[in-house]
Amino acid sequence: MLDTSRSRASSRAGPLVVRFAGDSGDGIQLLGAEFSKSTADADTGFMTFPDYPAEIRAPAGTLFGVSAFQIQFGADEILTSGDAADVLVAFNPAALKSNLHVLKRGGLLIVDKGTFERRGLQKAGLDENPLDGDLAASYQLLPLDITAQTLEALAALDIGRKQAVRAKNFWVLGLIFWLFDRDPAKTEGWIARRFAADMSLREANTTALKAGHAFAETLELAAFPGVAPTRRAGAREHGAPPAREIVSGTQAMALGIRAVAKRAERDVLYCSYPITPASALLHALASGEGGVRIFQAEDEIAAACAAIGASYAGAIGMTASSGPGLSLKTEALGLAVSCELPLIVIDVQRAGPSTGMPTKPEQSDLTLAIHGRHGEAPVPVLAPATPEDCFAIMVEAAEIAISAMTPVIVLSDAYLANAASDWVSPDIDSLPHLAGLVQHPQDGFQPFARDAETLARPWVAPGTPGLAHRIGGLEKEAGSGHISYDPDNHAEMVRLRAEKIARLAGRRAAAEISTGDKTGDLLVVGWGSTYGAIRKAVQELRAEGRAVSHLHLRQLWPLPGGIDKIMSGFKKIVCPELNSGQLAGILRGELLLPVEPLTQVTGQPFRVGDLKAQLERRLES
Amino acid sequence: MNEPLRPADFTSDQEVRWCPGCGDYAILKAMRQVLAEIGRSPDEVVCVSGIGCAARFPYYLSTYGFHTIHGRAAAIASGVKLARPELDVWVVGGDGDFLAIGGNHTAHVLRRDADLNLLLFNNAIYGLTKGQASPTSPIGTQTPSSPAGTSEQPVNPPLFALGAGASFIARSIDARQKHLPEILKRAHQHKGASFVEILQNCPVYNDGVFGPITDKQEGPETVIELEDGAPMIFGRDRDKGLVFNAAEGRLEAVRVEEVGEAALARHMPENAAQAFALARLAAPVPIGVLYRRAGD
Ligand code: SF4
Repeated sequence: MLDTSRSRASSRAGPLVVRFAGDSGDGIQLLGAEFSKSTADADTGFMTFPDYPAEIRAPAGTLFGVSAFQIQFGADEILTSGDAADVLVAFNPAALKSNLHVLKRGGLLIVDKGTFERRGLQKAGLDENPLDGDLAASYQLLPLDITAQTLEALAALDIGRKQAVRAKNFWVLGLIFWLFDRDPAKTEGWIARRFAADMSLREANTTALKAGHAFAETLELAAFPGVAPTRRAGAREHGAPPAREIVSGTQAMALGIRAVAKRAERDVLYCSYPITPASALLHALASGEGGVRIFQAEDEIAAACAAIGASYAGAIGMTASSGPGLSLKTEALGLAVSCELPLIVIDVQRAGPSTGMPTKPEQSDLTLAIHGRHGEAPVPVLAPATPEDCFAIMVEAAEIAISAMTPVIVLSDAYLANAASDWVSPDIDSLPHLAGLVQHPQDGFQPFARDAETLARPWVAPGTPGLAHRIGGLEKEAGSGHISYDPDNHAEMVRLRAEKIARLAGRRAAAEISTGDKTGDLLVVGWGSTYGAIRKAVQELRAEGRAVSHLHLRQLWPLPGGIDKIMSGFKKIVCPELNSGQLAGILRGELLLPVEPLTQVTGQPFRVGDLKAQLERRLES
Repeated sequence: MNEPLRPADFTSDQEVRWCPGCGDYAILKAMRQVLAEIGRSPDEVVCVSGIGCAARFPYYLSTYGFHTIHGRAAAIASGVKLARPELDVWVVGGDGDFLAIGGNHTAHVLRRDADLNLLLFNNAIYGLTKGQASPTSPIGTQTPSSPAGTSEQPVNPPLFALGAGASFIARSIDARQKHLPEILKRAHQHKGASFVEILQNCPVYNDGVFGPITDKQEGPETVIELEDGAPMIFGRDRDKGLVFNAAEGRLEAVRVEEVGEAALARHMPENAAQAFALARLAAPVPIGVLYRRAGD
């Protein structure tokens, strides 16, 4: 039986981490999504991360078929999905074996004990039943017969055993809802809508949900710290709360792309070729709503080229991929640089090289994005810091692409794409209008004349009366755009194209410390998805009195203004990255400052605890 | 009503830089004539090309033009057409562009059937890179990259297009200044992807590769001009024709007097079996609309 005193012991004010792990077929992601929704409804901040296998239908019960979902929630600012879990629900032996290391000592461990029979253990490669061991010495072990309980609850319904077993994720959801004092009513409503077409599924899932809830109640499980302490302070003070939604980085990015179409008053043509993990974005946009159409091309190259064609024709061309795909697109990027056309290229980075680990995050395409092209072909590079930032970064990328007539690369990664948190959807109409330079015939049209401030050339799409002209990848004469092999002209064009990008540093926001003071012992410089983990580690060090600050770069190229000045205020600069030190190298090269790399290439995001320990060591050395 | 457009209205201010005698001049001339006849403003026409001698084409037209990268013209043009479906989009490339580095795009743009006019300038050689063997070079072609002669089977462009599911496939010859404009016009009329192979002589690196086919004297004996619905007849004296050998799926040349005109195959461009036979026919070489999908 559950040791209530120990359970209460974890009812500190801090955030909680819950992890569900089971077979791919157990509906773990759905369970996680529904629990996340109830967390948002409870007005609690959170971040989630799904951890599922690359195999589509791995054999049931095996280790490589385990799918997991983790959520951290609480009243404080929630920055990551959590290093370690306070609660782990393991649906089978394989899930327990591969996820137990994530559970904190003393954490609540719920297992479906009925699955710990000979075959289940065998498939997980276990010789002995871990439930017979001393798990209870380290964890609050709560073995429940989840499958049997679900079957019993659904016994009266007219459905087959197989179908009934599949409802066990809802049984667990009911139990967890009780544990965290969540209201199951909304989920019941969702089940009714989702399974409207199938009465028996609808009934099975609702019954299982209620049964799990009732079971927890009769067990008198000590409730985990309830909703009250984790409710966001002040969230309800000013009238009705804003509508909170759950968005993953992928969804936020899709919304950002639609916002671009709206604010630019131009169609977006999103061109892509299926690749993990970028394909999710293709799906998110496939409905064709909001001025965004998709084109599934025959290959990565065609996707980039069709996007360039669309931009040439006055729409906003976008293309997305992951590392190997970005490699394929680089020739086309050279054309977009040379022809000075707006284009947005999204790279949802994954562990490489080659196929690498397609579902695992890494930040190893940074140097490819900044430098990986033939010829002198500078391209601005941006990286969102959080899932919700994936929205804003798209609007910024479009602003740069259109105002400077240039391709822009946005570096997301497998973590940002899948991680989700709650947000209040932004007011799109209040975003700036995204207008390009338009020139009319009476101006004495020259396709490569430049705006004095931005150095952008005019964007004149085919169909514009009186301005028919030819462009191409051959070097162009400054101004007229005629083919030119003149040595001085080429030198001038190379300079102009570089200067145009360099000027963005001055036009855009200067670098700013995101956590901590302007001077100190240690400056931690990060970029991309590591924002949450770095911020949390820095916050904890600062709480211990260490003079540490955090600078997070959303714009990697050109480096934002004022970065050297910020760095000069610190005794030491450390750059944590999920690669072998790519940003550190770029900063050293550009700023001639002794930036130390802090690297991790495990295909896993940083854990706050590890990062903090590493930073402590740097402070001491 | 505006003044009718003239070929000169489709001529840009750029000096044409092909080698003297290059077949591309004739294609350019035909194209300017056809664009004038179609009558859309140069502002509503886009010409997208890849890389190679042929790909310089857009610079010499006064329309909107985009000289892109090797092999990718069809992909870029797809984006243009998706963004601006109301524009007339022409895609120009050589045999390297369309069938080697860009072969994948050619296949897919054809099966996707976007309303693009694709002109393959087939000279069976890489001209701009100084004369290497191309995917359409006949077996045995000696070049700097194949000093002992090529040994690979050349690509058959119409057969490739049929395999890809093209809805309109035609062939013409650079020098045929009556036939070529007709074919270009029909390609333009066709709604969907129109694939036109133009046999083009490269006098510098592959002079006379189509030999008797393009030769004025030999032409009538070596080429058959297809006419919709008409019996397939050729020869200076119109004394030869084609019969369809259904058992072998082949068209065979015969003397008309031997079989009688009624036995000759009639050209039905919507007949796919006949189109495959036409695509494979080497003597005489068929020109005209080889295939048009029923209902298109
Ligand atoms: S190399 Fe051949 S194809 Fe190229 S321009 Fe000269 S003659 Fe024409």
